[in-house]
Amino acid sequence: MGSGNGELLNLTLKVWRQKNSKAKGSFETHQLKGISTDMSFLEMFDVLNEKLISENKEAIAFDHDCREGICGMCSMYINGRPHGPKHAVTTCQLHMRSFKNGDTIIVEPWRSIAFPVIKDLAVDRGAFDRIIASGGYVSVNTGNAQDANNILIPKTAADESFSAAACIACGACVAACKNGSAMLFVSAKVSQLALLPQGQVERKERVLKMVQQMDEEGFGNCTNTGACEAECPKEISLENIARLNREMIGASLT
Amino acid sequence: MASSPKLNSKIPEGTIDQKWSKYRSTVHLVNPANKRSLEVLVVGSGLAGASAAASLAEMGYKVKVFCFQDSPRRAHSIAAQGGINAAKNYQNDGDSTYRLFYDTIKGGDYRAREANVHRLAEVSSSIIDQCVAQGVPLAREYGGLLSNRSFGGTQVQRTFYAAGQTGQQLLLGAYSALQRQVGMGAVELCARHEMLDVVTINGVARGIIARNLITGEMEKHFGHAVLLCTGGYGNVFYLSTNAMGSNVTAAWKAHKKGAFFGNPCYTQIHPTCIPVSGDHQSKLTLMSESLRNDGRIWVPLKKDDTRKPTDIPENERDYYLERRYPAFGNLVPRDVASRAAKERCDAGYGVGSSKKAVYLDFAANTERYGKTEVAKQNIHNPSKEQIMALGKEVVKEKYGNLFDMYQQITGENPYEVPMRIYPAVHYTMGGLWVDYNLMTTIPGLYALGEANFSDHGANRLGASALMQGLADGYFVIPYTLGVYLSDEVSRMSAEKGKADSIETLKTNHPEFEKALAEQTALITKFLTIKGTKSVESFHKRLGLIMWDKCGMARNKQGLTEAIAEIQALREEFWRDVRVLGEANEFNPDLEKAGRVADFIELGELMCKDALHREESCGGHFREEYQTEEGEAKRDDVNFAYVAAWEFKGISNWELNKEELVYENIKIAQRSYK
Repeated sequence: MGSGNGELLNLTLKVWRQKNSKAKGSFETHQLKGISTDMSFLEMFDVLNEKLISENKEAIAFDHDCREGICGMCSMYINGRPHGPKHAVTTCQLHMRSFKNGDTIIVEPWRSIAFPVIKDLAVDRGAFDRIIASGGYVSVNTGNAQDANNILIPKTAADESFSAAACIACGACVAACKNGSAMLFVSAKVSQLALLPQGQVERKERVLKMVQQMDEEGFGNCTNTGACEAECPKEISLENIARLNREMIGASLT
Repeated sequence: MASSPKLNSKIPEGTIDQKWSKYRSTVHLVNPANKRSLEVLVVGSGLAGASAAASLAEMGYKVKVFCFQDSPRRAHSIAAQGGINAAKNYQNDGDSTYRLFYDTIKGGDYRAREANVHRLAEVSSSIIDQCVAQGVPLAREYGGLLSNRSFGGTQVQRTFYAAGQTGQQLLLGAYSALQRQVGMGAVELCARHEMLDVVTINGVARGIIARNLITGEMEKHFGHAVLLCTGGYGNVFYLSTNAMGSNVTAAWKAHKKGAFFGNPCYTQIHPTCIPVSGDHQSKLTLMSESLRNDGRIWVPLKKDDTRKPTDIPENERDYYLERRYPAFGNLVPRDVASRAAKERCDAGYGVGSSKKAVYLDFAANTERYGKTEVAKQNIHNPSKEQIMALGKEVVKEKYGNLFDMYQQITGENPYEVPMRIYPAVHYTMGGLWVDYNLMTTIPGLYALGEANFSDHGANRLGASALMQGLADGYFVIPYTLGVYLSDEVSRMSAEKGKADSIETLKTNHPEFEKALAEQTALITKFLTIKGTKSVESFHKRLGLIMWDKCGMARNKQGLTEAIAEIQALREEFWRDVRVLGEANEFNPDLEKAGRVADFIELGELMCKDALHREESCGGHFREEYQTEEGEAKRDDVNFAYVAAWEFKGISNWELNKEELVYENIKIAQRSYK
């Protein structure tokens, strides 16, 4: 099935192991044989973990849930790239047909001051939730809404807003950035709401609060390198950062 | 047949279209000052949980939210693709509250409760209003109005959507409402926490035991009400479209504490999923039902036809859904479409190397869209390539993310060759039995969304899960919870100042200590068995039993065997499972051990329920009970009831029946021909 043609790979994995946020971590090397090219990257990890358990060794902890590229939970830094070598693909959607027999694969957690390691490859991304809590919403209580079609939204605005809203908050942008900046994540939410009529009332307050929270969480500054956009599995555009900067100027001047 | 005296569905009096409005205007309320002293625990942060938590916090209740993921935004509602139904009738195509109600009852094969379903249809319209007000970017037409599409089991266009990511956008809307309340201090968020038990005092829910998944610490949480919004149990089959972490533990522990489990055997097998590719498979991926708007399902007319699908001419293809069900065609409900695919594959017409797949083909509609685009753009004498290229652009806009996902997983390009699809476990209609207020048989314990059994009968229609999750959370529980909590206010006032009262003791009550000790002992037990087989291996074996014997088709012999096999598996699990690591640390394997232990017990009950229901209805297909044409054959005389199972001990349940009374819809043989 698929295009794997039943090919099997032998691989060397160098995986980051770290007992907890306080412990010192190090790489551990594992050999894997007979990995089907139809497997997903995380299924390859399942095989590795089953092997470890059979040898009475503790499994490698990693975050994952939907395995459909939408929940944003998976977060491996593979051969120096968040979510691995393929463009616009999450780790869970990366398949082993992207690798060759004999490859050595290095797997690390996201590395950022704002994302402390919990264990092995799992990190704490609670900072993102706190940024949203600071202002990433429209303040409308349940039950107060007018008929949905009373708000006319040009298709182009709705589409552009949707493109920004497609962010899955995986944190690849932060992991990819040499400064550990969360600008792409924050700008995506700011853009989604700034582009819609519903977001206008709180537009200025929102961007100020979210940026303030972002800074407090310890994320670095943006120097427009563009690594975030290049590595984003959902292709969130750098234009959102430009928009955020405009929104900031607009909000700061009044 | 009369309902069991243990089950009071509390359906309000009055005609079907007045029940809810009358109820809303006459139920007891809780005054704002009292709301501030009432604590509500919400377990799960998907559409039902996030919307309930946000709405209740807005009203003034003190709310705590628990989720096992690292953020509430990761709940599996995020993965819902195709859309959300609402009876807006924006398309002027004859939709109405009644029609949505009717379609849902019929789609559920006449096994859902009329009053609940009608309420769902009534509030559906407000959900869309609420989501749009939050800034959810639903799809729009060029004039700025909302766009709709069709889903299975209906003949109107009532489905609202955001490309193939509707669940994501709706969940992020509810999540942002929730985070707003977190920011305001009205909700306390407990992410990476797993509920391990509900704490009852004198039979009433008073809180939960939860494990902090990072530190392993066992925690006691008090609540005047507990809301389980913990989703479905499809992962009992190991392979399903559920997320890896989706589990039944919260609901199952509640069941063992006294909450009856309704219709556990009603499982939805979704017709359009990417087929299994090998033994390494860890989960299955859905290709949205919305694709059936534009995709035509077929198999070759010849058995074992090894030609490439694009080389098989039109007259050698069997568009079997269009052939069997001309009125609904490719848009028959999911249970019907799944069984039809199985029938063709079992008969030897399946495609792909496993022969367990059928084609979902977009070529005809790509061409149709291309022709429309050509006309729109005033292109004269276009080439076939030009037409197809423009058509592909339209298809990409509608389903781009799904096509990309398909290509990632299979390595094939669905714009060029038909998708190969096969049915897979997707949703569970069964769940904790609830009354009209969404309360389980444990007072103070509620179940919302997929976790309850209430609205979809024996088969859920597409785009109705999002509708139900948000209806329960935004528009039902804010009213129905007050009925119970207004009584709590009186109790609290009577107990005020007493040293041994629930209000004074809260989590220091001996029942909390007892539940904490039990759950701590369970964790220790997993870690001390030190057997030889991994948790994962038990889960896989359970899944195989369930899929083979309690899956798309079931029979008496298979189910009887399955029950014995599951009992043996349970015994082996508790003797030989190997769980490594420690209790006081982040330990995903330990988390999974608890979930699999509960799945094993649930699996047995599902088989028992399927065995006792000697009829076929919706997703429950008993091979012994089918029409000559192979359609599900209900037995309305003997089985028009909800089977609500009461836990009496391991492998021991008592059946309670809630009679289903149809006062508004004439119960009939379902026909989509």
